[in-house]
Amino acid sequence: MPLYPGLAGRTFGPTAPYGVGREKITEFASAIGDQEHEDADTAPLTFPIVAAFRAMEMFFADPSVGIDLRHVVHGAQRFEQVRPLRAGDVVTAQLTVDSVRSAAGVDLVNTRTEVVTMSGELLCAASATLVHREETS
Amino acid sequence: MWDIGHEFPPQSYVVTRADLVRYAGASGDFNPIHWSDRVAREVGLPGVVAHGMFTLALAGRALTAWAGSADRVVSFGARFTAPVVVSDDDSGARIDVTGRVTARDDDRATVELTVTCAGVRVLGAPKAVVRC
Repeated sequence: MPLYPGLAGRTFGPTAPYGVGREKITEFASAIGDQEHEDADTAPLTFPIVAAFRAMEMFFADPSVGIDLRHVVHGAQRFEQVRPLRAGDVVTAQLTVDSVRSAAGVDLVNTRTEVVTMSGELLCAASATLVHREETS
Repeated sequence: MWDIGHEFPPQSYVVTRADLVRYAGASGDFNPIHWSDRVAREVGLPGVVAHGMFTLALAGRALTAWAGSADRVVSFGARFTAPVVVSDDDSGARIDVTGRVTARDDDRATVELTVTCAGVRVLGAPKAVVRC
């Protein structure tokens, strides 16, 4: 089934507030092998995915989107960062579908998720390309 | 060190099954292709593969080490071009990261990376812009 007409331009979220904690930063850093992460107040570069992923889950869970997670592959990811997330930040994430393009049996869905503080300061934009295979087998 | 052509010291990281379980918990990404051989094979993979975001995170560690601080990074990203298969043993998979300055203006440098596993490029066009 082809994807959901009118998807481009839609937004998902904002998510519930997410509080960035030192313990979570340390947990994430050690999970990527950075056992001696020196600055527990500054999150690793890809840490914003933790907050962005929550907006992505809202996107996947929306029945009007029609994405079958079993047919999705993460094609590309890019972060534009104003500054790293820091312990004490409280953020929300909102996903916008930038474009949907069909080619050779797959849909390429470009999304951009902005991670902002509760006062609206943009900290990071996480852009993902999702590759959705159309076959239902 | 931010001159065009500068090459940063290569970095190597080992990824085991235990690391993938840990990353799933820390990131919230519990897709079973990253911990179940059965599900990975059902979707046509040779076995459990690392999260693309895990591999990108390792490239990010290398970049942060070279830049001296995550604060300096303006943008960072890549395509996921080949799976990193992580065998169910103590040796797992090894990821090698190299980086080189390829462009420069007054206060910013572009760093192009290569990220390989067993000689295969697993990230496509991994690239960062760093304040220098």
